Amino acid sequence: MTTTLTKPPADAVPEPSKRSRLPKSARAGGTLHAGPIAYIILALFTIGSLFPLVWTAIAASRDNNRLAQTPPPFWFGSNLFNNLEIAWKDANLGEAFFNTTFVAGVSAATVVILSTIAGFAFAKLRFRGRGALMLLVIGTMMVPPQLSVIPLYMMVAKLDWTDQLQAVILPSLVSAFGVFFMRQYLIQALPDEIIEAARVDGASSWRVVWHIVFPAARPAMAVLGMLTFVQTWNDFLWPFLVLTQTGNPTVQVAVAGLGRGYTPDQSLIMAGALLGTLPLLIVFAIFGKQIVGGIMQGAVKG
Amino acid sequence: MSTRHDTAAPPEKEGGAAPAARGGAAPPTEAETRRRLRQSRRWQRDVRWSPYAFVSPFFVLFIAFGLFPLIYTGWASLHTVELTAPTDMDWVGLRNYTRIFDDDFFWNAAKNTLTIGIISTVPQLLMAMGLAHILNYKLRASTFYRVAMLAPYATSIAAASLVFVLLFGRDYGMINWALDAVGINPVDWQNDKWPSQIAVSSIIIWRWTGYNTLIYLAAMQAIPQDLYESAALDGASRWQQFLHVTLPSLRPTILFTVVVSTIGASQVFGEPLLFDANKGASGGAEHQFQTLGLYLYEQGWINQHLGRASAIAWTMFLILIIIGIVNYVISRRLRASS
Repeated sequence: MTTTLTKPPADAVPEPSKRSRLPKSARAGGTLHAGPIAYIILALFTIGSLFPLVWTAIAASRDNNRLAQTPPPFWFGSNLFNNLEIAWKDANLGEAFFNTTFVAGVSAATVVILSTIAGFAFAKLRFRGRGALMLLVIGTMMVPPQLSVIPLYMMVAKLDWTDQLQAVILPSLVSAFGVFFMRQYLIQALPDEIIEAARVDGASSWRVVWHIVFPAARPAMAVLGMLTFVQTWNDFLWPFLVLTQTGNPTVQVAVAGLGRGYTPDQSLIMAGALLGTLPLLIVFAIFGKQIVGGIMQGAVKG
Repeated sequence: MSTRHDTAAPPEKEGGAAPAARGGAAPPTEAETRRRLRQSRRWQRDVRWSPYAFVSPFFVLFIAFGLFPLIYTGWASLHTVELTAPTDMDWVGLRNYTRIFDDDFFWNAAKNTLTIGIISTVPQLLMAMGLAHILNYKLRASTFYRVAMLAPYATSIAAASLVFVLLFGRDYGMINWALDAVGINPVDWQNDKWPSQIAVSSIIIWRWTGYNTLIYLAAMQAIPQDLYESAALDGASRWQQFLHVTLPSLRPTILFTVVVSTIGASQVFGEPLLFDANKGASGGAEHQFQTLGLYLYEQGWINQHLGRASAIAWTMFLILIIIGIVNYVISRRLRASS
């Protein structure tokens, strides 16, 4: 942060130079350089975003007595691994991790595949009722999930599926957002000529999907998969209703259980919260750039 | 939509998928013609029906887990249904609705949902807009800011709420400590009405501001640069450019984020549930931050009246539809006036 802190003049006329012709990928910024105030604001918001996460780790590394003192701790203590171990056992987190990974994996894979083929049909195929059906898909995005919770619960209770993972998986297999997202991507990313060529060569629709659509959609499928995984991993309302903490909890149910038990041990609760968040934060640290790009891509064309 | 691939259908005279016909000098044999006809029929069937095959899994699942439950909720809301015996339904007409409308806690929850919705959505979207504007400049390490701001999105409601409970603690919380350091008296973030609603809203703001920032940023990057150049040539200042170029171009995106945030705000559930010190579903001892989502849960799963809970769910749905219509009308007005 030393060289380019040149503040642009107030009424800077952007030169119609090569700069404005730069490809506006998710990485390239605008055309004007940001001044120091912009950096200060960004720094403050970055701290605000990351501080609660860092502080979770700090609180998890202390003991309960230290947390009940002023000033609150600002640096790590020595209790981290001890607390993590107890929280792991208390909240049944091992099983919870396995359950959540399974649930999120299955629904991410299914959502990606179903959304890709449906998105392809909406983007590139002509059929009667296409417009109306697409509108219905978009309309379903507006229906709040809480509306379906009661009959779903009745169904699950009747089937004796309470505490069973399929009760969590089944309603999460369908995503209107996914269909919409893939359609937007495929409209652009898949040239009509390629499909036409394959058709002229006698390829059936399924062959087109398998050999052309899936390869072309791979980047968007990866992003949608990650987004769905994050969402399912973090889902709270429905798993909270059908799963109990003792039988097949997901991570969120287990972590919430830590907070709702009558254990007053805050450092343990923070250790559980940390454990529940860490896997996704690691995924984020590795794939953050792609996830950011994917969200932005989904947004522009929407 | 200019992209249709009906042109991909083979010329009609060819009669089918391409590999069959070559040259055309020798007249095709009887068997050959039949084979081609068969192929052509199969091909047409494929073109005609495969689109439905591609979209049907989505709709089958949607009908089973979205549409049917939605309608069934409406049906159940006209009955007395208890959680203990969900199959025994007694018809009561609209009594569930009159009952909840007479309940002060319902109106309290509706009011709380509205206020929490406003104090979480408005600052969130305004901040997101400002941040997106900054991120749209040429910046060093711009990817870093984006990823850092999106990190809360990866945090679950459960984990985030538990952390914020501690940060907002009355006696030893970080926030009261910081307020004390600048000479402000400690605030009882869990038990006083407005402070508790602000605290619950701050969890929502923290988790979603980065996400909305990215959506605005993407829309800003799609604005053609020439618009700014000509505005600048006309002598528009940076602020005027923002007001007269950026904002109008962002109108559809703003509408989209408002709708999505409104839907999200109407369903707030996990944050107030876990923010409660008494571990109950009442949204604080005085119901001071009980939302409609929490009230639904309390009626259905604590008090075990699924019929009444269904009535709450449908009321929420109707409110959302009204909001949706209002949004639509406003956006049409705006488009017409510009």
